[in-house]
Amino acid sequence: MRGRRGARTLEFADVGSHQGPLLVVEDLHTAFRTPRGTVRAVDGVSFEVYEGKTLGIVGESGSGKTVLSRSIMGLLPPRDVLRSGTVHFGGHELSAMGENELRAVWGAELSMIFQDPMTALNPVKRIGVQIAESLVLHLGMDKKEARSTSVELLRSVGIPSPEERVRWYPFQLSGGMRQRVMIAIALACAPRLVMADEPTTGLDVTVQAQILDLLADLQRERHMAVILVTHDLGVVATRADDIIVMYAGRIVERAPTRTLFRDTKMPYTRALMDSIPRLADPSGARLDAIAGRPPDLVHPPAGCRFAPRCEYARDKCREQEPPLRTVGSADHLFACWYPLVDGVSTAPPVRVTLGSSSPSTPTPADPPTDAGPRGDEPVSGNPEAETLP
Amino acid sequence: MSQAETTIPAAPDDVVLDVRDLVVEFRSGRQRVQAVSGVSFQVRRGETLGLVGESGCGKSTTGRTLVQVQSATSGSIDYQGQDLNSLSGRSLRQLRTKIQMIFQDPISSLNPRRRIRDIVAEPLAIWGKGTKQERATKVREMLEAVGIDPDAAGDRRPGEFSGGQCQRISIARALMAEPDLLICDEPVSALDVSVQAQILNLLADLKARFQLTMVFIAHDLAVVKNVSDRVAVMYLGKLVEVAGSDDLYRAAAHPYTEALLASIPEPDPDHTSSHKALTGELPSPLDPPSGCRFRTRCPYAQERCASEEPLLRELAPGHQVACHFPVGPLAGGSSAG
Repeated sequence: MRGRRGARTLEFADVGSHQGPLLVVEDLHTAFRTPRGTVRAVDGVSFEVYEGKTLGIVGESGSGKTVLSRSIMGLLPPRDVLRSGTVHFGGHELSAMGENELRAVWGAELSMIFQDPMTALNPVKRIGVQIAESLVLHLGMDKKEARSTSVELLRSVGIPSPEERVRWYPFQLSGGMRQRVMIAIALACAPRLVMADEPTTGLDVTVQAQILDLLADLQRERHMAVILVTHDLGVVATRADDIIVMYAGRIVERAPTRTLFRDTKMPYTRALMDSIPRLADPSGARLDAIAGRPPDLVHPPAGCRFAPRCEYARDKCREQEPPLRTVGSADHLFACWYPLVDGVSTAPPVRVTLGSSSPSTPTPADPPTDAGPRGDEPVSGNPEAETLP
Repeated sequence: MSQAETTIPAAPDDVVLDVRDLVVEFRSGRQRVQAVSGVSFQVRRGETLGLVGESGCGKSTTGRTLVQVQSATSGSIDYQGQDLNSLSGRSLRQLRTKIQMIFQDPISSLNPRRRIRDIVAEPLAIWGKGTKQERATKVREMLEAVGIDPDAAGDRRPGEFSGGQCQRISIARALMAEPDLLICDEPVSALDVSVQAQILNLLADLKARFQLTMVFIAHDLAVVKNVSDRVAVMYLGKLVEVAGSDDLYRAAAHPYTEALLASIPEPDPDHTSSHKALTGELPSPLDPPSGCRFRTRCPYAQERCASEEPLLRELAPGHQVACHFPVGPLAGGSSAG
């Protein structure tokens, strides 16, 4: 896997059947009408994914990453969902397709691996039947052929004695095995893009490593593109070609993986990295937690949405929203007025004045450097955007 | 099967919890499954012992026997001179107020139909401790201690809170009875990394403030190492390695510990693990492998591993391992790797 990335990250556009990027998302907005108001879960997101590449999408609960992946797939219910912007996949506009057209794409060209394999799999159908379903539907296989292909697929995802397991029900399998079945279903029709939404959350770290390695191997064999959605930067650090960091419905930083880690611009990205416990740190070392939680997406804060939790926030951050911009290399985008340079903020020193300097914005609950728990107070008690259907 | 003779000698008054040869069996149809097969460890006052292993290794079952929501089949759990296994009824209930537990799923461990202030007051209400007024004061104090605003939250119900906030509320409830010992069963594994860091810091603060002793159960060794003074690694119902948490990281001696370390995703694109990743899954506890239970997945396994069970032995002061062919810096010339 490392060899592959080393060899391939140099050229950007890959030779494929389709010219240009495989997936193009342009200015995608997705909002939910709720009794409390409109929840802007995805608020102007644009990016591309190239053939055979892995894109990591990282963010906390409530950052809009799950809604984004479902919105791209067209999996959200039409009721009370407001969507604008375009999604092009292999030159076709997905966002203009109706459900019947999408059904021809789902599973065949574009498939999804969900977080919870127990609820994503049908509990009363044998796993073989569930794999064969899309083989019959999309590839027109007869039952016998679909069955033997199902066995092969189970074998390819590392399930021992697949001839026997193909007759099992999901409850008879462990969490890791169920996720392997999910992968087998997602890959059955050799899609060109697989969207994996937190595919290893809830699994043991040992199983997580196995599942991610499996996905990487299959991706290399089949030359698929993968979008890996996760809350854990550690999961994508060695696996993604590019990473998008989302916050409150927007992209706040986007860069090739190594650049993102070596030259982090956005304080939020840095804070996410720092909150992960590192093995190399001595035990008992205090973690750099990010105080507070993502904002209420019905009433997002003015200016930079991360400003209320940012230790470097200045007046400008609370008043004007920073655009997604570049400095130097064109493939490194970030939305911050005072980006980090070599890990140090470029924010001007704060003038010492008594009282709040910007009465229009809510003051952070804590002194910014205090990573204590109080920022998590349920002041507004906002339900998280991602808990919506 | 006895591993008790190799436990670390410690001053008796220093040890809060002394678990010896703990066995927990479940019935599965006509068969018996041993979830915990002879585990011995001690927890000293004020320390945090981490218990780490994969799903199905028996770590949660071990944790549950410590609060006696699961009774042990054999063995003893000595808590400050009293064997929990031999207690029952009121004396057990009385003692149990001193041992509290926090569970993995913060949302389902809170009754969704009750208000936060009632949930948190419950431990005192059950015992009829204090007046209503005193209980209310204590609820405020505990909610504030865990970073929840009692005025904003008290009258709400669990559904209105995020996972991280629910876990804070669970912690507040656990602390109401003024426990000495806190058993944390995967308290952060359902949370985002950013929230996870908040809760881990909170637990460290509360431990210092209320002078708690903790047993911290998790599958992620990076998390366990962060909070624990010592770590016990469990595999298929048995302890395979016990060491100080920094020692365990520096000088992992059991191949399983090595594999657990290797599987942790490091947030570093140039990270290459020197350890071997683990293949396969945990074997069925219905029919555990002979000899060393890890041998079926162990890259270094030899014939002796199948025929003879390795006992937990001291490799260095305070560092025990159950392996015939330990690896790493402590292994010396006997390493098979």
